[in-house]
Amino acid sequence: MGRDIPYQAAVIGGGIVGLSLARGLAAQGLATCLMDEGDVALRASRGNFALVWVQSKGLDMPVYRAWTQRAAALWPGLAAALRSETGLDVALRQPGGYSLCLSEPELERRRAALQAQDRQGCATIPWQVHEPAAIARAMPAVGRDVVGGIFCPLDGDVNSLRLFRALHASIAEHGVTYLPESPVHAIVPLTGGGFRIRTPRGEFETERLVLAAGLGNVALAPMVGLSAPLRAQRGQIMVTERVVSFLHHPVSTIRQTDEGGVMIGDSKEEHVVDDRTGLGVLAAQARRAIRMFPLLGGLNVVRSWAALRVMSPDGLPIYDGSAEVPGAFLVTCHSGVTLASAHAELLAPMIARGALESDVSDFTAARFNVPAAA
Amino acid sequence: MFRRLHDPHARLVLFTFEGQPAHGVEGDSVAAAILALGHSHCRESAISGAARGPYCLMGVCFECLVSIDDVANRQSCMVRLREGMVITRQRGQREVTT
Repeated sequence: MGRDIPYQAAVIGGGIVGLSLARGLAAQGLATCLMDEGDVALRASRGNFALVWVQSKGLDMPVYRAWTQRAAALWPGLAAALRSETGLDVALRQPGGYSLCLSEPELERRRAALQAQDRQGCATIPWQVHEPAAIARAMPAVGRDVVGGIFCPLDGDVNSLRLFRALHASIAEHGVTYLPESPVHAIVPLTGGGFRIRTPRGEFETERLVLAAGLGNVALAPMVGLSAPLRAQRGQIMVTERVVSFLHHPVSTIRQTDEGGVMIGDSKEEHVVDDRTGLGVLAAQARRAIRMFPLLGGLNVVRSWAALRVMSPDGLPIYDGSAEVPGAFLVTCHSGVTLASAHAELLAPMIARGALESDVSDFTAARFNVPAAA
Repeated sequence: MFRRLHDPHARLVLFTFEGQPAHGVEGDSVAAAILALGHSHCRESAISGAARGPYCLMGVCFECLVSIDDVANRQSCMVRLREGMVITRQRGQREVTT
């Protein structure tokens, strides 16, 4: 070896996905650096809804159901480890969560989707339909317009801004070199293995490379023979003033944070060009939220924001290793909070060992290249 | 901490703060009136319980929360002082009834 490669792994992308992977790679003993675009980044990690959510995931794809359930099961360990490493409590709770329905057809649709996964018979997600009376026992603030709901005992949430901070503190603790203001302009595979990464703050060499840059992966993936067919899907969220705890379960569209604010929203807008909010979408979300929990009508909204989800064509993660340039990996998903534990504890060790293993082999981008049936 | 500029045309506005009779001047925000009384502590943090006081005075920081006439979590910098207001410190999170 005539060449000195300072890093054994480089993660490109400083969101929750990149931080989780960097933590996992460093925990495997790799000298790891993390390149972060900076505050101009779209940064879905700063806009997310913070659910650790199982009930709606992979209803027609058993491997994704299994993967999500493993992530949920690993979450208490991650939360405990972050606490001991950083002193920060990410406020994980997994008391089971609800999807509340305001009409019978809506409830029927959800019930049918879950019955369909039951018929597939593997990695099934546990669920129950709760009648309004049962929902009112669990959440006394629920409104009369709620006709029923789906309860899944595996669902939960965290304080995701604190998670973001805790992961940063944790990677520092693990000796990861954090490189802020370092958007990646070019990646050059080196003859004999490894990569040179060009940023405005200099060039860095690494043995392995993980693309975890969210929507930024679209441009980065082709540099290492990978493909990231991602689109932006806008979500808008509003948060109320802090009030005494009244909502002890997360609802898919409404959750009360550990600090008392109530977050509302899970809108999905396609063909968007920016991350601006709009009153039409916010008002529609607020109206539904007030029907679900009438007391919300008396609360002040103190902030609202939008963020861009990182969506693949089928909504599932893409985990891929480059066949063309060994050592380059792509990790992207829209459930970076839920999957943080799996990314740190399961996926990062695979990348450290050098190859993705069979339990995630269904998540490669090759699945998008199947010709459509005539 | 603050001293009012002399204004011969100022009209007094009477209110109570923490149960004590107090006065401000017509045109004051509630936050300005509280600061002019010499109080820098108008709320206790919903997270830590620490004493906090008005900071940005333009509706952004939410440090100036008080209860006004039994409505909790009001931003005192955004509310014009009115005669007879019953103002108390915001202690912790707002109560809600289910």
